Amino acid sequence: MKTYYSPDDLPKFAEIGEGAPELAKKFFDYYSSVFAEGELTEREKALIALAVSHTVQCPYCIDAYTKTCLEKGSNMAEMTEAVHVAVAIRGGASLVHGVQMRNVSEKVSM
Amino acid sequence: MDAQPDEEAQNLLAPVSFSDKLTEHDLTLTRGKTVTAQINTGLLCNQACKHCHLGAGPDKKEVMTPAVMDEVVEYVRRGDFEMVDITGGAPEMVPDIEYLVKELSRCVPNMIFRSNLTAIGGNGYKSLLKLLADKKVSIVASLPSLNMAQVDSQRGTGVFDKSIESLRKFNAVGYGCEKTGLMLSLAVNPSGAFLASPQVGMEKKFKRDLLNKHNIVFNNLFTFNNVPVGRYRGWLESSGNMAGYILKLADSFNSCAVSGAMCRTQVSVNWDGYLYDCDFNLAEAIPLGGVPTHISETSSPPEEGTEVAVSDHCYACTAGAGFTCGGAIDA
Repeated sequence: MKTYYSPDDLPKFAEIGEGAPELAKKFFDYYSSVFAEGELTEREKALIALAVSHTVQCPYCIDAYTKTCLEKGSNMAEMTEAVHVAVAIRGGASLVHGVQMRNVSEKVSM
Repeated sequence: MDAQPDEEAQNLLAPVSFSDKLTEHDLTLTRGKTVTAQINTGLLCNQACKHCHLGAGPDKKEVMTPAVMDEVVEYVRRGDFEMVDITGGAPEMVPDIEYLVKELSRCVPNMIFRSNLTAIGGNGYKSLLKLLADKKVSIVASLPSLNMAQVDSQRGTGVFDKSIESLRKFNAVGYGCEKTGLMLSLAVNPSGAFLASPQVGMEKKFKRDLLNKHNIVFNNLFTFNNVPVGRYRGWLESSGNMAGYILKLADSFNSCAVSGAMCRTQVSVNWDGYLYDCDFNLAEAIPLGGVPTHISETSSPPEEGTEVAVSDHCYACTAGAGFTCGGAIDA
């Protein structure tokens, strides 16, 4: 194995079902339902998925949902804004923990 | 005669050739009643778009002459067509294009004029714009995205701004506006190696955004897949996207889309008067019926039931919802 990540692995995702077919079926059925048009459009869901992909830093997901977003009609400006939403939440999540830092510091300081 | 192209033209790395895919599904691609004549007026264009299946551009000299225009008018008159669809290149730039529009408007009840939205921008085209409006010719205008960077990347620097300006000009003479009868439609194709977006959602989004951001209105939006021939094929190859794109098209084959394919009801006439099943076969020099046929040599449109010449680029019109010259096929 030369690298942990290979683009050729993404199309093999369904093969994961060979280990536990029933669980895989349940997962993929659920997955399809989640991304189907509902109260949110497929385009909006793809943008959310793109943002989350960057948060979990999954290269497979970033590859897949970049293409899905483009095919669902999102443009680069919208996709970049979605990534910034992920960045803001991720950064904000770090920053808001600064309150804990302040609490601890206040408790132990004179 | 068997209307199949040669082996080399079919070599697009598809896992299964389009012809074999039809056979797998027990389908044939044959003509229905031919109601539309698409007239390709030439390769001259002020743009050199990366997705162009014809390789049109400013350096091209191939344009329809008045003599061929007269033959086209006679062919359309003889053929009793319901629709004429004028395309290019940029038909605006063809000398005598106004003559062609005037003459054809006497022969058919419906006409489409395809505009790249930048050629018609200059003051020199005011009379053409007025003629199109007077004759109630429908406009189908190209605008691949609402994002300037993506439009300019595909179509050339500054094209997005010029396109917005031209859409305002079309609106100003009544195109796209209620109760004028002047139809303005947008043609949206992907700005890269991915499939076209769902048509209904895109129309809603474009209508909302063009109105809110640019105060522009239009009637309909059509989405199209890019067809892997001509300059677009060159871009796919040089960018390393060819194999993946062809695989995606082939994997997205929708057997239900075959019956609605545009080639079943239209015939394409090239700038020199020769006939093809569609503008993509024209780009690939795959003649109608397998033999080069000039409009002066035929008395009527292709007969119902005759075979359409297919090649692997046909996957672009049968992927997903499928596509016609009027965009995605209704489900």
